[in-house]
Amino acid sequence: MADEILFELLHMQVVQRIYKVYRHNEQEYGDISISKLEALGFRVGQSLVERLTKDVPRFKDELDGMKFICKDFWTAVYKKQIDNLRTNHQGVYVLQDNRFRLLTQMSNSKQFMEEAPKYLALPCGLIRGALANLGIISVVTADVTTMPACEY
Amino acid sequence: MSRQTTRAVDPRKVSGELFTLTYGSLVAQLLKDYENDDEVNKQLDKMGYNIGVRLIEDFLARSNVGRCQDFRETADVIAKVGFKMYLGLTPVVANWSPAGDEFSLLIENNPLIDFVELPEGHSHLNFSNILCGALRGALEMVQMDVAVWFVQDQLKGDNLTELRLRFIKRLEDAVPAGED
Repeated sequence: MADEILFELLHMQVVQRIYKVYRHNEQEYGDISISKLEALGFRVGQSLVERLTKDVPRFKDELDGMKFICKDFWTAVYKKQIDNLRTNHQGVYVLQDNRFRLLTQMSNSKQFMEEAPKYLALPCGLIRGALANLGIISVVTADVTTMPACEY
Repeated sequence: MSRQTTRAVDPRKVSGELFTLTYGSLVAQLLKDYENDDEVNKQLDKMGYNIGVRLIEDFLARSNVGRCQDFRETADVIAKVGFKMYLGLTPVVANWSPAGDEFSLLIENNPLIDFVELPEGHSHLNFSNILCGALRGALEMVQMDVAVWFVQDQLKGDNLTELRLRFIKRLEDAVPAGED
């Protein structure tokens, strides 16, 4: 099957392409592009989760679903588990990945901070799509503190 | 963990699906952005080219393939090593031109089109056009100028996918401007 590097390169190209298309729309083109990317990710996340959960028993609750995302979904997509899951038990979850794969190639410091949101839009959509198909409506935002680490 | 379930999820398979699905949604997005199929083909080719230019580095680093002596050897490496490594399939090399500068890659099950149906009215769309770009980009980095195009496409009702490659010329080592 397709190698993971293919996905990484494809993702790079997708980001570039989307940004190019909406460049002429000066004032809000960043936002439009981000939401486009997120929508792409959403579709992909939906389909992926369908295929991943084919033979998994029904989840008991929200937390169970979140655990699934952290363990299986993350392993399937990024070859590792989420490093840290925190929640306030009122529906806010923080997923922390200390070495996020799509960022590891870029920098190890604060060098390309302003570029990072572009490359996190699609992964955000992935999570949102996955959750949506587990019956959890959500808003996903990403946050980078120092380069390969990021929080959702 | 209290509940241990046995999950037969093959991570490699999923990453392939991830790629396929991402690619599919990309094509859908492009179809929305550009009104006509030819423009989408062009964009896919361009993106493929950019991917190929980078992919060749990865390929050479991991496969230990040396420089190819002729186009036939190139064809074999592409089919048996390249496609196998990245897409997990081995196309058949066939239909050599008498001059030995053209051949076809016959792909029986194109992984990019696992979940795809071409909608009506997109008869010009080459869904997997990114492959053409990727091959072109990768070969350009090893000094080969080639043309790649689709002859048959399973999505259009043919029973296999056929990619045709034509060797155009060998690119000379040029010193980049500003370096001496």
